[in-house]
Amino acid sequence: MIDARGQSCPIPVVMVQEAVKKGNSPAELQVKVDAMVCVENITRYAASQGYAVTVDEADGEYTLTLKK
Amino acid sequence: MSKRINPLVLIAGAVVGAAAVLLTALGNPANMGFCIACFVRDIAGATKLHTAAPVQYFRPEIVGLVLGSTVMALVSKEFKARAGSSPATRFVIGAFVMIGALVFLGCPLRMVIRMGGGDLNAFVGLAGFFLGILIGVFFLKKGFTLKRTYEVTKTEGFALPAVLALLFVIFLAAPSFFAFSESGPGSKYAPAALSLLVAMVVGALAQKSRLCMVGGMRDAVMFRDFNLLSGFGAIFAVVLLGNVVLSKFTGFSTLSQPISHSSELWNLLGMTLVGWGSVLLGGCPLRQLILAGEGNGDSAVTVLGMLVGAAFAHNFKLAGSADSVADGVYKVGGVAASGKIAVFIGFAVLLAISLLNSALLKKEAK
Repeated sequence: MIDARGQSCPIPVVMVQEAVKKGNSPAELQVKVDAMVCVENITRYAASQGYAVTVDEADGEYTLTLKK
Repeated sequence: MSKRINPLVLIAGAVVGAAAVLLTALGNPANMGFCIACFVRDIAGATKLHTAAPVQYFRPEIVGLVLGSTVMALVSKEFKARAGSSPATRFVIGAFVMIGALVFLGCPLRMVIRMGGGDLNAFVGLAGFFLGILIGVFFLKKGFTLKRTYEVTKTEGFALPAVLALLFVIFLAAPSFFAFSESGPGSKYAPAALSLLVAMVVGALAQKSRLCMVGGMRDAVMFRDFNLLSGFGAIFAVVLLGNVVLSKFTGFSTLSQPISHSSELWNLLGMTLVGWGSVLLGGCPLRQLILAGEGNGDSAVTVLGMLVGAAFAHNFKLAGSADSVADGVYKVGGVAASGKIAVFIGFAVLLAISLLNSALLKKEAK
């Protein structure tokens, strides 16, 4: 689980990008963020890398699950 | 790729461009319908933080942008009071971003508006802005972060919107408390109520669309994501079109451009400072106002840093001066020695902040 809560733009996307590169495009990734703008940015990036994204919200925090 | 561009970004960009042309037609300075750096500087002048006579007016646009963002964030349940991501560092970066912008004579938003007005000096600024973004992106890739924010009490989130709203009410009720320019850019303004209203619409759209001048190029370089860059393009296209329609467009040139200088090295370096600093902050000056409106206390502190940076820029003669014509002789403006030194101090400060908050030095220490 990548914890990108509270990070400024575009650091959450950079963290996901790093994880995708290091894990050689892993089949599944989970990211936690706390702003809608991060959900949008990560979703756009994930889609460009061929991932489908599901979002769960709880108490103003979002858990994104990226799956190939 | 088109699927990855949010139409709202294009709409927000087009509205910002149209608003800039409209506000200029109604009295704002030429090619300065909207400029975050210039307007924050004018507010610094109006509140007598500096005493440069030509740039003093309490610009309602700044108030409107922040409040428009607050209203939209509250309506869409995105208002969230948060803070704690290196506020003092952000204050310092905000101040130097402002100094860089005033050396060039405009924030990234005005740079695009100037480009649409045919000002070739702004294209030189764009090259510098892009260079600064590349430097910032390099450090982002090396793990740069100012660390995370945390949720804080609601009062923190409302601090800047409330202070600006209160000052604006005082400005309307008792304008004599504030300084007003009698000549120069500060003496040119659209009707206050209209400026506020237009800026609130722009602020709301910018909040919803995440419009950001630095974000466009940064995301294009880092992720091949052209979403925000489309807003940048829309502003340019609409401003250019608006100027042509209103017969204000006289072709592209570096000379005799409104509130602009043709000391190209300093146009370039000023905007390099702005681009680099804005990437470290996570957004351009416009975006900082919008984030402050959404309850981000760190962005509110950044805006205060910009305000102090603007005061310093005029108190210590760091800001650029525009090209002018005196007795029929064209005089190239530019930057005094103090401004040039300030830009280099800015680079040194940003380099130190970039190195100390990324993984570069940590690796060497191992």
